[in-house]
Amino acid sequence: MTEQKITLSVNGQSYTRMIEPRLLLSDFLRQEIGLTGTHVGCEHGVCGACTVVLDGRSARSCLTLAIQAEGTEIETIEGLGNVDKLGRVQEAFRQHHGLQCGFCTPGFIMAITDMLRHHPLETDDQIREALSGNICRCTGYEHIVNAVRELAKERGPLK
Amino acid sequence: MSHNDHSVELRPKLVGERVKRTEDPRFLTGVGRYVDDMSPAGMLHVALRRSDQPHARIIGIDVGEAFSVPGVVAIYDASDLDKDVKPAIPTSRMPGYYATPIWPLARGKVRYVGEPVVAIVAESRYAAEDALEHINIEYEPLPFAIRQVDAVKDDAPLLHEEAGTNTIIRREFKRGDVDTAFENAPVTVKGRFRMTRKTAVAMENRSYLAEWDQRKQSLTLHTSSGSPGIIRDVLSGCLDLPGTRLRVIAPDVGGSFGAKGSLYSEEMLVCILARKLARPVKYVSDRLEDLSGTSQAFDELIEAELAVTQDGTLIGLRADVIGDVGAYSIYPWTAALETVQVVSFLPGPYRMEHYRGRIRGVLTPKPPTGPYRGVGRPSSTFAMERLIEMAARKIGMDPVEFRRRNLVRAEEFPYRTASGIIWDKSAFQECLQGACDFVDYPNLVRERDAARKAGRWVGIGLASYAELTGIGSRISVAPGMPINTGTETSRIEIDATGAITAAFGLSSHGQGLETTLAQVIVDELGCKLEDIEVKHGDSSLVPMSSGTYASRSAVLGGGAATLAARVVKAKVLRAAAYLMEQSIEDLDIYDGIIASRNSNQTLTLKEVASAVYTQMGRIPRDQREDLTASETYDPYLGTACSSTHLTMVEVDTETYGVRILRYVVAEDCGKIINPMIVDGQVHGAVAQGIGAALLEEIVHDDQGQVVTASLADYLVPVATSVPNIGIVHIEADLPNNVGGFRGMGEGGTIGAPAAVANAVSDALSHLGVSVETLPVTPERIFQMLRDTNTPRSANST
Ligand code: FES
Ligand code: FES
Repeated sequence: MTEQKITLSVNGQSYTRMIEPRLLLSDFLRQEIGLTGTHVGCEHGVCGACTVVLDGRSARSCLTLAIQAEGTEIETIEGLGNVDKLGRVQEAFRQHHGLQCGFCTPGFIMAITDMLRHHPLETDDQIREALSGNICRCTGYEHIVNAVRELAKERGPLK
Repeated sequence: MSHNDHSVELRPKLVGERVKRTEDPRFLTGVGRYVDDMSPAGMLHVALRRSDQPHARIIGIDVGEAFSVPGVVAIYDASDLDKDVKPAIPTSRMPGYYATPIWPLARGKVRYVGEPVVAIVAESRYAAEDALEHINIEYEPLPFAIRQVDAVKDDAPLLHEEAGTNTIIRREFKRGDVDTAFENAPVTVKGRFRMTRKTAVAMENRSYLAEWDQRKQSLTLHTSSGSPGIIRDVLSGCLDLPGTRLRVIAPDVGGSFGAKGSLYSEEMLVCILARKLARPVKYVSDRLEDLSGTSQAFDELIEAELAVTQDGTLIGLRADVIGDVGAYSIYPWTAALETVQVVSFLPGPYRMEHYRGRIRGVLTPKPPTGPYRGVGRPSSTFAMERLIEMAARKIGMDPVEFRRRNLVRAEEFPYRTASGIIWDKSAFQECLQGACDFVDYPNLVRERDAARKAGRWVGIGLASYAELTGIGSRISVAPGMPINTGTETSRIEIDATGAITAAFGLSSHGQGLETTLAQVIVDELGCKLEDIEVKHGDSSLVPMSSGTYASRSAVLGGGAATLAARVVKAKVLRAAAYLMEQSIEDLDIYDGIIASRNSNQTLTLKEVASAVYTQMGRIPRDQREDLTASETYDPYLGTACSSTHLTMVEVDTETYGVRILRYVVAEDCGKIINPMIVDGQVHGAVAQGIGAALLEEIVHDDQGQVVTASLADYLVPVATSVPNIGIVHIEADLPNNVGGFRGMGEGGTIGAPAAVANAVSDALSHLGVSVETLPVTPERIFQMLRDTNTPRSANST
């Protein structure tokens, strides 16, 4: 298959690669540029483990071709903080024990990063609705809901 | 008591604290290392051509143009691997049992849709999958019986001819004279309960990476397993490699729930191929393969009948169960694990004299069943707790009062159940009371009644159960199984820098063992939490381990950690006593500092370590001992973990969708190491139980094809499917094991299906239906209502 050149930005850094047009964005992130924090749980758009923020909105990287992401700006879990300095959403997850095996966690955190920017998240029902595009098999969601409630409160009403 | 003693007592302990998890930062920042995150140089990828037939003879395999796909390195079927591997045999001492051999690829026949037949190895997964399309397998279809009720019949087509039967498991438990008890029983209720097939759906799919070291002729398998020690031990035999040349590592693992604790064909396969090709070989399952190839769960048909007196005392229980074990008996648990537990736990936490429970485990052309959170007991609790509520309703007694009369009481422990399980003292009655108090039960009943008056379909349901956890060597986790599940080892070392390594053969795949085991060690040893590194999930750490499953790691791992920490502490104190010229009795360690009650002099652990290992001459040669210990703990028996779940649900009168309005779990899990983690385990397990009750079902059609092959078809709970869960921890007598811990990782999945089934039945009671099949989906409710209404309308016309 003929390869094509793409250039995109991930966590503020620019990458140019020759890729097959059929390469999934999730595989691009994980295999081409070695950012394995974005996980793949289903490859059919249901579980949300592969969620990244693409040009400011959350997107399923398993349903996006890397070639479609040409020229975009992507944020992944690695861009939000690191082991000695967690980002705010990451910290809230830790405080509220919003993770167990950690496999779904990057996807949740990226989805929530987007939600906090765009959704009211004023009631638990709204929060649960917002989280319902991601599957976590470990936590039963309650601790994640608690973390998001705190984050939404801290953020205040959407402008 | 001296002043000093008193201050020692008051020192804060970490066991019991909501300590934030030490493993979290790497997961939260995307630098956890799961198997699929590893890509050693030269790595090859495997894609599998799987059977599309439920039962067929393989006539021929044509690889066509597969090798023309760029990047394809090799293609194998079973005949190519014959000399490279011996099968794994899941042996058991069960009478009449047949151990189906487990091979990496199907040989001669396929026995379920999804069974691996051909392996393609290529430079990328994309290339390997491209090549799959070129493979043609010619099959001769063979007759099959897809449903257990058919497969169990004498004339049913045989899946494994060598077995001579499809019924490879038969077991009966009995006590008393159950048939006579039923003859004279004033009240009986019965049902035909069916817990349909489920699967674990760990968010990380099964992933394996094998590396062959040509120089040392040794193999390392990185596996998403919950039981790396078991995998090492069995592969050692299959591959004929001693443990020194075979290492099995479970790095970060994205959930297991039991399903990743068995040996898989693909695990064998990557090892064989890595050795054959002398290159790293990786296989990562996709979700379709997971839903059609990972071990599945439950799938029992339980015909059960309960006899009670008019005043609500249990007399006897009899049950006939057919378990659908799928196409193979899984290694090492065997097909007996799930099936036999259904009948051994069926009598539940109740006092009852007469019992007979029979199980037949039957082979069908479906993926094998294996351990899934709760094992057997979600099914048995569902059946028993439905019978309990049916009986209470029949005699007009409140179901709480009915349970109160029959749950084993404090003074009756240890209680031997009708199937021979011994319940040590646990808070059976107190859990029931605790759940009722939490929701103000009388008030909740009034709420329900008021809602019903307003035309809403609202119901309350309970489930009480006990499980045996932290099982020692006296009891086999699965009957007659050849592996030891009764011990665990902890090796603790203080090195020359004063840092502490605690190594376990257990593995953590979400349980937070790096934190909880460190908490236990801090309290025993007197060190700082941050000075401990907990290592786990690696077969090279301790001589033998069977891993994390069956609610055992807190009890066995915590117990072993306690014993090893005590030995190391004694060694530290002996060295410090010499260095400080104090007597050992006057010394204590806290926060990594050794202090004497008779002087102001202190030493740090680091200083002691340095004196022991580095500064020769400070401690005389004959008194110097390494600050290390390896201890194995065997709790011998197991301990009961008991619980009551209580829920209120509403069934939508239009859509028949079920919404959970209230949910509470009251449980006695002994001493709690970390309440935050325990709560998380309960939430997660209850969510899985709610999934089993309302959503989850693996469906095979009459042709043996799985029709629930994506997460859009196999529905697991999302955030809107589960409520907030109230949790009541009952503080009762601690069990008689080293740490006072009881296992609790599975309980939620055991109680929730029954509680929800009871609540939905209560909500629909005025319509004359009773939930006997789970999940109780809107479609099933529709059918039940139609079926009960049909005769009525037939009469009226
Ligand atoms: S991996 Fe993309 S949604 Fe599941
Ligand atoms: S933490 Fe394991 S799937 Fe969410």
